[in-house]
Amino acid sequence: MGKVWKFGHDIDTDVIIPARYLNQSEEEYLARHCMEDGDLRFAQEVKTGDILVAGKNFGCGSSREHAPIAIKACGVQVVIAESFARIFYRNALNIGLPILECAAAVQGSQAGDELEVDLVSGKITNKTRQQTFQAQPFPPFMQELIQAGGLISYVQRRKNDA
Amino acid sequence: MGMTITEKILARHAGLNEVAPGQLINAALDLVLTNDITGPIAIREFARFGAGKVFDQSKIALVPDHFTPNKDIASAEQAKILREFAAAQGIEHYWDTGRVGIEHCLLPEQGLTLPGDCIIGADSHTCTYGAVGAFSTGVGSTDLAAGMATGEAWFRVPESLKFIFHGRDYQPWVSGKDLILYIIGKIGVDGARYQAMEFAGEGIEALSMDGRFTMCNMAIEAGAKNGIIAPDDTTFAYLQDRARRSYIVDYSDPDAAYAEVTDFNTADIPLQIALPHLPENTAAVDEVSGTALDQVVIGSCTNGRLEDLRIAAQILRGQKVSPHIRLLVLPGTQKIYLDALREGIIETFIEAGAAVSTPTCGPCLGGHMGILAKGERALSTTNRNFVGRMGHPESEVYLCGPAVAAASALKGQITHPREVVRHG
Repeated sequence: MGKVWKFGHDIDTDVIIPARYLNQSEEEYLARHCMEDGDLRFAQEVKTGDILVAGKNFGCGSSREHAPIAIKACGVQVVIAESFARIFYRNALNIGLPILECAAAVQGSQAGDELEVDLVSGKITNKTRQQTFQAQPFPPFMQELIQAGGLISYVQRRKNDA
Repeated sequence: MGMTITEKILARHAGLNEVAPGQLINAALDLVLTNDITGPIAIREFARFGAGKVFDQSKIALVPDHFTPNKDIASAEQAKILREFAAAQGIEHYWDTGRVGIEHCLLPEQGLTLPGDCIIGADSHTCTYGAVGAFSTGVGSTDLAAGMATGEAWFRVPESLKFIFHGRDYQPWVSGKDLILYIIGKIGVDGARYQAMEFAGEGIEALSMDGRFTMCNMAIEAGAKNGIIAPDDTTFAYLQDRARRSYIVDYSDPDAAYAEVTDFNTADIPLQIALPHLPENTAAVDEVSGTALDQVVIGSCTNGRLEDLRIAAQILRGQKVSPHIRLLVLPGTQKIYLDALREGIIETFIEAGAAVSTPTCGPCLGGHMGILAKGERALSTTNRNFVGRMGHPESEVYLCGPAVAAASALKGQITHPREVVRHG
């Protein structure tokens, strides 16, 4: 179970982690400034297991992997959005930050709601509102990547097989 | 069924005769690029990978351009990681302060991005190189680390969108920046998400290389995977004396499939401005003229090339920047800087009251060299106007091309160039 932090459409990577903090790449440092320009309370109050819920095109903008790293280091268990920007989507999978696309769950959840998320089946249950939603399951290729534990392990395994 | 230029390049690099949108492929890479922001994480992941050596020392480019010349101790440490990695790995394409330029201006100038190439870069504006007819896309640091180790990357073959500009005639002062802002204004910041944007038609044929770089550069601002323009005589003239390798030229087949084809009349497109806080919030300059400004920035991987500086100088020549304005000009590379100096353009800027900087990404991402205070407003030829992009979260960034930037610097407010230039 995790508490919902809700954000709008087109949340860009400058909001997720402003460039003024990109002179370092330590996870804890990035986590302290996560979402700072969108909601100052987020980094201060977010708890391990909380869930970030957002509208369409989450993570648009720069390729900075610092963005999913900061979110993961905050303890966020999963990001649920109506849709994700392409580079953010890859980066999240590559560093092992779970993400799910589910517009109905986004529209059916408000800040502070308690959600239960099954990453394997994609089932999202809003305990506060007693509603369930079904997220788009990952394509097989992505599942393989996730099962391998992210890109580095995946490529390593392919090299060993070669 | 025929293939688009993007599909042909991806097929060839995957060793396949054909590919179709949605297909997952593993493609060989011709160039792998990173910078002083994304590089340190990529290098850390590369070490974790345990590959030891990069796949090819001549196919990796390390460009410390974002927070350089080192803006603080932490940035200096990051630049040092890049420098030491370049030395340890024997990377051929590494440039330090004094030689370095903004990556997406520098690499094409150096003849390292060629038609038919498959390129990844740990920078979202890597899509710039589509201007020479390459498939080129931005990735994160982990993808980059894998690319440096294996020389390969996986892709989902994107669907293609085609944007055709009919007619060679432009309204006065309109440039590639206005065309791409116009498109983004129409389709939105996720209007081309996961897709290829192919630009074609007489309007594109009439566009200079610098204008084409600007257009492909901002494909990412519509969420695209890549932007691309088929090579033509303009491309070949640019590559003459530059290309360091031979290359293959691809063209879209007449029966290639597009998810959507959109037609524009080039002559209908007026000078554009993107209002805070998204590049899709576009308006014609005349709709927002008079908006007061504190700072004007001319430069970046979007508009820091010689043609951009020439346009700005043409407007500024013999005139003075408004006393309320801080005008910053950042040539994209040392060569652009030197060419501009020899043409007298730099003198024009300084006499007008502008600060001219060594090449750096600096202010574009709120890094250094021109940060905004609370409540300040900038007009910039850069690519993003997100909340806090250039400084304080309560500052504002408006985006435009070099002509509007220069005219507005003179007036201290958003200004159509016709108001300050008698002959234009």
